[in-house]
Amino acid sequence: MGLDIRLPIGLMFTLVGVIMAIYGALTNGDAMYAQHSLDINVNLYWGCAMLVFGVLMLLGAWRGTVQAAAAKAAATTPKA
Amino acid sequence: MSMLADSILHPIDYSILIIYVGFVLGIGFALARFMKNSSDFLTAGRGIPTWVTGLAFMSANLGALELVGMGASGAKYGIATSHFYWVGAIPAMVFLSVFMMPFYYGSKARSVPEYLKMRFDERVRAINSIAFAVMTILASGISMHALAQLLNQLLGWDYNAALWICSVVVLLYVLKGGLTSAIYTEVLQFFMIVMGFAPVVYLGLKDVGGWHNVTTTLQKVAQDPAALHLGTAKYGANAWTSAWQPLLAGPTNNPMGVDLFAMVFGLGFVLSFGYWCTNFLVVQRAMAARNMTAARNTPLVAALPKMLLPALVIVPGMLAVALTATPGKGYRIPPPVVSEQAYSKAIAVVKKATPADVDATVVAVGAALENKKIDADKIKELLVANATSSLTDDKIHEGLKNSIAEYDYNGVILSLVRKYCPPGLLGLALTALLASFMSGMAGNVTAFNTVWTYDIYQAYLAKNKSDDHYFWMGKFITVVGILLSIAAAYFAKRYDNAMDVIQLVFGFVNAPLFATFLLGMFWKRTTGTGAFLGLFGGIGASALMHGLTMAEGKGGWMGTTLYNFPSSMAQNFWLASVAFIACFVLTVMISMATQRTKNDEELKGLVYSLTPKIKDEAQPLFLRPAVLGSLLLVACIILNFIFW
Repeated sequence: MGLDIRLPIGLMFTLVGVIMAIYGALTNGDAMYAQHSLDINVNLYWGCAMLVFGVLMLLGAWRGTVQAAAAKAAATTPKA
Repeated sequence: MSMLADSILHPIDYSILIIYVGFVLGIGFALARFMKNSSDFLTAGRGIPTWVTGLAFMSANLGALELVGMGASGAKYGIATSHFYWVGAIPAMVFLSVFMMPFYYGSKARSVPEYLKMRFDERVRAINSIAFAVMTILASGISMHALAQLLNQLLGWDYNAALWICSVVVLLYVLKGGLTSAIYTEVLQFFMIVMGFAPVVYLGLKDVGGWHNVTTTLQKVAQDPAALHLGTAKYGANAWTSAWQPLLAGPTNNPMGVDLFAMVFGLGFVLSFGYWCTNFLVVQRAMAARNMTAARNTPLVAALPKMLLPALVIVPGMLAVALTATPGKGYRIPPPVVSEQAYSKAIAVVKKATPADVDATVVAVGAALENKKIDADKIKELLVANATSSLTDDKIHEGLKNSIAEYDYNGVILSLVRKYCPPGLLGLALTALLASFMSGMAGNVTAFNTVWTYDIYQAYLAKNKSDDHYFWMGKFITVVGILLSIAAAYFAKRYDNAMDVIQLVFGFVNAPLFATFLLGMFWKRTTGTGAFLGLFGGIGASALMHGLTMAEGKGGWMGTTLYNFPSSMAQNFWLASVAFIACFVLTVMISMATQRTKNDEELKGLVYSLTPKIKDEAQPLFLRPAVLGSLLLVACIILNFIFW
């Protein structure tokens, strides 16, 4: 199919990661972390982890596009 | 309840949910322009990369019901639940890849029933396709109902809204992008589940004090489960923490109540191979692969994450028991749902109580709480506390809830999510759960619309129409399928018992199927009549056996009980074993007695001995299915050994 699934996966986790990390940074030290997550700012750390995952997926999608374009170029250029 | 819901979900949580829904809809709409004919829509045009079909293969089965159910089983049975993965799923997936996929993919069949038609005849296709279509819709309805109910009970969401909104989202993206968008969103959902649940498991483990503390706590629980109201039986210390030793010690020594034969043959062979190798819902994902190698590698790509999944879905159940057994953690496995009116009545009883009639009060509280089992000591503590200083209604409510000595195991996953997730992470985990709900539904619908269009509509109702017509029918039946699933969900809501009966009948119909496939693929002498009658024989045998045996007070509908199984699970596994053996023997005998209707030439590509062997030598070593499959099996044995 014409859509590389890595693109939406990458975009979504990048977006969600950024949002969670920002929310985590803004709420750092909030009582809710003591109440729920053993005083760990899970939003900040896990948001960053998802951001990294998202960016890796985007890199994969980008490499895929470059390779596809190269393959297409190679196929259309007449061999010398 | 509405008050409760307002206090848990924050705007950040809703944002994450909305982003996810936006992306799945976006994927559907982005794929819409590639949908040009019925094959693109219903079979994904056989053009999807292996890692994508592999992850979809695994997560099509990872519906919300599976997540909730595995968490529940983890709490009830402990690490032995992993047999569903390490004895059941993995060997079956390797078998599908190495031995069966060449026939499914190589025969160019568009569905599993169509393969049966090529191999046998129309009758076998008809029985399989109709049973599959009906079961898929009902299964989808049951799981929709279960999740809508869970969201209603634990988050206070409106049942109807949860059901309809999810259905509309699924309808939109399946209608736009067909099987491809179902497969793509299954992959997205897989990553969501991992991202949403991994932190919950990590926090739970850290809270209990690491895996070592989990096992030592569970060892204490196993020796006296009654202390936690986990039943009256006593087990050896390793009942929750060893997968094999309690099983080898016999059905009275493990909480599943299952013997070794039922586990290995019934679950490991009959049920698992029957599900993973013949259920079109999962096989369809592999059939959508690019080429034969990709199709064969699909179940193997799926097997690796599947093998590790117990850490994410079974461990939470074990954590829940360990936390319940550790005082001061402020957690208990949630009690069954009791209406707010019942709580108000019970609160009134507590407030009126005098020290003189403690025992009568305990009885009255139990009656007020819809006759749930009550921990009398906890009620007495509550009465004393209320007598010394009047408690608020909320405090009494909490005390009453904690005194209920029954558990709603299906609430384990959501209750842990609520305990360990602050706003933000909470949105992520809930979105993961909803994602698995929606993709499970999409999986059912995409399997249903293919079987309906190709194996029922085209085969029996409207032959020789244009492809445009079938493309249109595929879309039309998608809408119908979703509406029927919603109807099935409401049916399940209304008639709880009817659903139990339906699931029982599913068991009868599914259990013998693998015998038919096994004989069909590996014995060229198997005839259509043999397969057809053998299937009926197998279904009849398991229905008959269910009629003559009992387990946990169920079954025995024929009046006389010949045998009492120690648990429903044991009965289930044995029924499947008997159905398989009956179907196998009957199919062989009837095939011997009937004429072959298809000659060797016609069976080429459909039967093992008549099909040229696939030359894997052209593949690099690490891409050959047999090599990969063996490595996976070795890893699986190692895992069984570690949790021995």
